[in-house]
This record gives sequence, C-alpha cells and structure tokens, in this order.
Amino acid sequence: MARPSAGLVGSFRHLDSLLEAINRLRQAGYRDLQALSPVPHHAIDEALKKPPSPVRVFTLIGCLLGAATGFTLTIGTSLHVSLITGGKPIVSIPPFLIIVFELTILFGGLLTLGGMLLNARLPLIHTVPAYDPRFSEDRFGLWVRCEAKDFDTVTRLLESADAEEVHRVGE
Amino acid sequence: MSNLTYSQVDRDILQAMKAPGWRYYVVFFANLLVLLWGIFAWQYTVQRGLGVWGLTHPVMWAMDITNFVFWVGIAHSGTLISAILYLFRVRWRASVYRTAEAVTVFALLTAGLFPLIHLGRPWFFYWLLPYPQVGGLWVNFRSPLIWDVFAVMTYMIISVLFFFTGLVPDVAVVRNRTTGWRHHLYAFLAQGWQGTDRQWRHYKAAYLFLAALATPLVVSVHSVVSWDFAQSIVAGWHSTIFAPYFVAGAIHSGLAMVITLLIPLRRIFRLDTYLTQTHLENLAKLIILTGLIVGYAYVVETYIAWYSNNVPEWQRFVYQVTGEYAVPFWIMILFNSLVPLLFFVKRIRTSTPWLLGISILINIGMWCERFVIIVTGLAHEYDPYSWGLFIPTWVDISITLGAFAWFFFWFLLFAKLLPVISIVEVKEELPPPMKSTGSEA
Repeated sequence: MARPSAGLVGSFRHLDSLLEAINRLRQAGYRDLQALSPVPHHAIDEALKKPPSPVRVFTLIGCLLGAATGFTLTIGTSLHVSLITGGKPIVSIPPFLIIVFELTILFGGLLTLGGMLLNARLPLIHTVPAYDPRFSEDRFGLWVRCEAKDFDTVTRLLESADAEEVHRVGE
Repeated sequence: MSNLTYSQVDRDILQAMKAPGWRYYVVFFANLLVLLWGIFAWQYTVQRGLGVWGLTHPVMWAMDITNFVFWVGIAHSGTLISAILYLFRVRWRASVYRTAEAVTVFALLTAGLFPLIHLGRPWFFYWLLPYPQVGGLWVNFRSPLIWDVFAVMTYMIISVLFFFTGLVPDVAVVRNRTTGWRHHLYAFLAQGWQGTDRQWRHYKAAYLFLAALATPLVVSVHSVVSWDFAQSIVAGWHSTIFAPYFVAGAIHSGLAMVITLLIPLRRIFRLDTYLTQTHLENLAKLIILTGLIVGYAYVVETYIAWYSNNVPEWQRFVYQVTGEYAVPFWIMILFNSLVPLLFFVKRIRTSTPWLLGISILINIGMWCERFVIIVTGLAHEYDPYSWGLFIPTWVDISITLGAFAWFFFWFLLFAKLLPVISIVEVKEELPPPMKSTGSEA
C-alpha cells in the first residue's frame, strides 16, 4: 500500500495529552505517526515504539575506519621513506598509536554527524507541511498520515485526547 | 528556575540577541583596534622575519608557543563542561555549557594561529600535513610536533561539530522568530530542523556519541601538547608528570576563563534566572579541584628536581625560582595554587566580585605558567656557555594582545548572534507541561 501523502496534524498543550493521542491512534491501527516537540522526551519514543537509533553503527564504523587509516598512513608512509631518525625503528608503533587514536576520534565524529544527518533526513530545504513554529516553542504536535476516508475517525481520536486544534495537511 | 514556562525561556534567552546598544559597539570597535594592531605586528613579522621578536639562542620558543599552549588550555574547560559533565548527567551544566563550548571553539581558533605565526613563512603551513609529493618525503610520525598537528586539528573539528550540532534545535527557535537576512542565516544553521521524533532520536544519539568521543579527545590533546616538551631532553621539560599536569592546568585556566566571561554576560543580558549563583559556585568548586592538582604538580616538580640528584635539573629549578624569570614563577605559584584555595570559603565563592577577581588572577597565573615552563627551560639549557635571555619586544607583546582581541572578537559576535544559553537543554530541565499535574508550558 502506498504511503498516504495527506494527513492530519493535532496540536497539544500537554505532553500527556500527546502520549494519550499516540496510544489511542496506535490502538485504532494508525501506525504512521510522527510527533513534533520542542524538547526530546523518552516517553514519546516509547509511545511510538521506535527502534533505537542506528547512529551508533555509524560511529563504530567511523572509529574502525579511522584506526585503520591511522595505521595505514603512519606505517605505510614510514616504510615508503625508510629513513631512520633518532635510532628508532622505522615502524615505531607506540608513537603511531597517537595518530591512530586521533584519527579514530576524528573519523568517528565525522561519521556520527553523517549518520545523524542521513537518518534524520537533514538538511531539509523546506520544513514539512505539518510543521508549525509553535512546535519548537511550547506545543506538541502529532502528524497522522491517513486516507481521506479516515479523517473523521482520526479527528475524533485526536480531539478525545484533548487536541487544541486539528488541521489537514498535504494534498 | 523550575517555575518557568517554555515560552518564557524562549523570550528570556532570545532577548539577549536583540540589536545591541552603543556600549556594545564601543567595546567591539575598541577590541577591533587591538586586533588590527596585532595583525599589523604579525605582518611586520612576516615582512622582516622572526628576528623582530625577542627570540635569542637558545630561547627559540617563547611568547608564541606560550600563547599556543595557553589558548589550547583555555579550550579544555568547554569540552569538560559540555561533554564530560553531559556524560555524567550533571544537571547544572545546561545553563553554562553553550558559553563554555563557544570558549572552546574560539580559543582553538586563537591557538591554531600560533603554530602558523611561528612558522615565519605561514604560507608553507601545508608542509605539516602528510601528502604525497614529488620528492617522496612524508612527515615524521615519530615527532611530537606532528602528533600536535593531528591532535589539535582533530580537536578543532570535533569541537566545531559538537558546537554546531548542539546549536541546531536552538537556532530553529531563532529562525522562527526572525525575518530578513537573519532569518536566512538561522534557517541555514538550523538545516531544516523541526523537532520530529525521528530527528530528536538520531540527534540525541549523535550528541551522546560526540560527547563520548570528545571526552578522551580532550585528555589526549593537552597530553600531546605537553609531549612537545616532555619528549625532549631539556631539563625541566623531560618529565613524565607533564601530561596530567598540563591537562589539569588546562582545565584550571579554562574554568577561570568561563567564569570571567559568564559574570559580565549574566549581568548585561539579565540572565540571573538561568545563570544562578549556584552555577558559578559549582564552577568555583571545580577550580578548587584543578587548583589542588596544579599545586600538587608544582610540589612534585620541585621534589623531583631535588630528588633526581641531577645537576642541570636542580640548577634549572634554582634559576626558575630566583633568576630573571622569578616574578612570573611566583605569580604562577601564588595565583594558580594558593589564591584558588580562597574558594574553600563559602562567602568568597558565592561573591561575584571575588569570583571575577580570582578568575582573572588565575588567567594571568596560567599564562605565566606556560611562559615559565617554556622560557626558563630553554634559557638555562645544558652548558652555561650557551645560556641566553629572552626579552619580549613590542612585536611579541602586540601579537599576544592581538590574540586576546581575536578571541574576544568572536566571543562578542557570538554573544549577539547566537543563543548564549541552550534553549532546548534549559527546557529539558523544566518539568514538561502535564494535564495530570496541571503544569503549563
């Protein structure tokens, strides 16, 4: 089934009203929900039953990649020049570990950022139609994607959970 | 603070970003003049060569490296407050971390200039980086100077990432309330942020991991900076205590700088509700801790100089205490390890004038510490035959002052263009609006 492009947005004054709306809609079988809030809150994630963020995998890959780059760069270039300095071995692992460490952190950080941008679908040129500046201030929003025939049911469910207002977005 | 509402937080923090008054412009342009003077002194150096500084054999590192170490150190407290205290879930961090992080970024921008300035021919800076070239030569990865390049550059990149990632949800609030060029600027910085559950989930995860990566990084950076000295065999430098000693000193100076900047910020922007006396008091308590570590390091250095039974080591120590640079040495002992002990007295650490006064003294003391370590170590190097004395010239002093002006230039812009307190994190600390308990947003 294609994802409905239209939907309804409910706006809430209170966090518990939002959570209640999420629970009621999920019970009624509406799973395509997106919450908008001025602050992050664990209760929202729990209510929406979202899996943990995969950003950590990006961090791990970045760190491993950084460490590998560090070893390759230091050992590879030293072997390439093969110039003995200070009577130390060409491949001197202890000092190279410093470079390895720094690159582990650097690549880890860069891929963490990349992972966040990719997963959070950022940057966005335009905000989604469901967005209202008040959702960055002091209101909570719930965006329900649904077919036009469900609008009445969804509106009723949102209002039963004390939605301040409900409006339609999308085509 | 707990009786605030979400919209009140927005209003209070954003009022600091209103168009500045004439006083701001006076300070800004006065600072700009000092900066321009510093830039003039630098171009004079580039034109005439490093001979215009007071450098004299064997003191070939002096004010510029002092400034480098000092500013890298200042950067450390920002990461301590923003990353380490975040991992430990310290709640009072919310109000101070944005400013502390800005201090980190701007201090690194300042610190990064000095190795370049010291090159004498800064346009060859890329020689520091590993890149394939016709001669087949690569950088020497066994040299602490190259570790430094990697450590400081990584630190700079990660701090900037951390700073701007933390800003994203906040600038989205600013974006919604501005028009014209400001709106475009904040819309760009906000990257289309709208606070959906998906965005928050990945954002929080990324923020946590960036904090976790920044924590070991901050410890490594000043350790690596200390190894620029400790890896050599110069008496007074060649010591295993240098890494922890430098890291503690770095946080010590950084905390003092954060207090020095927060106090006027709080007063000017009337942010007393958010930056309470408790915040400053907690920072002062951290200063007691770092001050004690720094004091301990001074004692150990003295003890090792004596116990090692090594003639150059001991004579260098005697020279440090009684020689030409005795004044900065005693300033360092007094301001870094003894004056901060006054914070044990509750009346002193809760009094704003005392806090400001002592934190400025620590800044002076820490600058002197860097100077004493670097210059006295070199001035009495090995044989008396090769001893020399460094006396700063007007160019050394102008570049140093210019660096302070460069730091304050960015900080003044930051104070007016970005939210100085994290809107989102302050809101997170408030109880969320609940119908069941009757609390409102």
